[in-house]
Amino acid sequence: MRVGVITFPGTLDDVDAQRAVKYADGEAVPLWHGDHDLKGVDAVVVPGGFSYGDYLRCGAIARFAPVMQEVIEAANKGMPVLGICNGFQILAEAHLLPGALVRNHKLHFVCRDQWLSVENNTTAWTSRYDLEAEILVPLKSGEGGYQADEDTLKELEDNNRVVFRYVGENPNGSRNNIAGITNAKGNVVGLMPHPEHAIDALTGPTDDGLGMFLSLLDTVVKA
Amino acid sequence: MARVVVDVMPKPEILDPQGQAVANALPRLGFDGITAVRQGKHFELEVADDVDDATLAKIAETFLANPVIEDWIVRRVEA
Repeated sequence: MRVGVITFPGTLDDVDAQRAVKYADGEAVPLWHGDHDLKGVDAVVVPGGFSYGDYLRCGAIARFAPVMQEVIEAANKGMPVLGICNGFQILAEAHLLPGALVRNHKLHFVCRDQWLSVENNTTAWTSRYDLEAEILVPLKSGEGGYQADEDTLKELEDNNRVVFRYVGENPNGSRNNIAGITNAKGNVVGLMPHPEHAIDALTGPTDDGLGMFLSLLDTVVKA
Repeated sequence: MARVVVDVMPKPEILDPQGQAVANALPRLGFDGITAVRQGKHFELEVADDVDDATLAKIAETFLANPVIEDWIVRRVEA
């Protein structure tokens, strides 16, 4: 399994994302924002951070990076793509996922270990989880409030496209406590919390996040 | 060359916590009578004469604003 991990100027979590891929027995392939090809990878992780300094809007400039044109094309053909935090914002700006992420409702940057409920275990990235399993992974974002219009929310809810929901108090004002969603095919997933920081109890709150990368392994092996 | 202004505002139904924080600060600073504040973005573009309105609208809609959460207006102004 070869998994591309994109680095934009301002990306922070590419190294941890690469480490998570290796923990799942994958080969992490660094991709640079200026690359025009995906080097034959089986899947792509768009990691967290502050691509292009979050200028204009989070993800708004990264979406137009050369490598993202390749990611968009590959995702539309079914390649598994995971966007974490800023990566989720980038996938939303790129219209691979609906809705948008806005400033947290209480304006504070939230940094804490966050319980999530697994709402959909049929995506390319969540098959290893039990349905409604609760997992604990770090959440660290200032603009994590998920917003979408009523029609989009209904579409997401009616078609089981909410992948993760916050458990307990809503940390950022996200509509319907949404922490992560998927596209209609289930190959593209975006979430604000950070599974790549929770792959080993030595360095994270749990190893609950590793399941996403092991799920990908299953997806790629089956493909 | 012409100057073009693009104003981008959060849609009315989108919570604007920054605008609310500003509104809440005003009475503390002694300014009464301001009932609501919404905060957006203001862009000033220096534009060549052959750039048409359709192009400007595309710039606003696809890049300067995110139509999921924001409304935008393009105005040509006297430089």
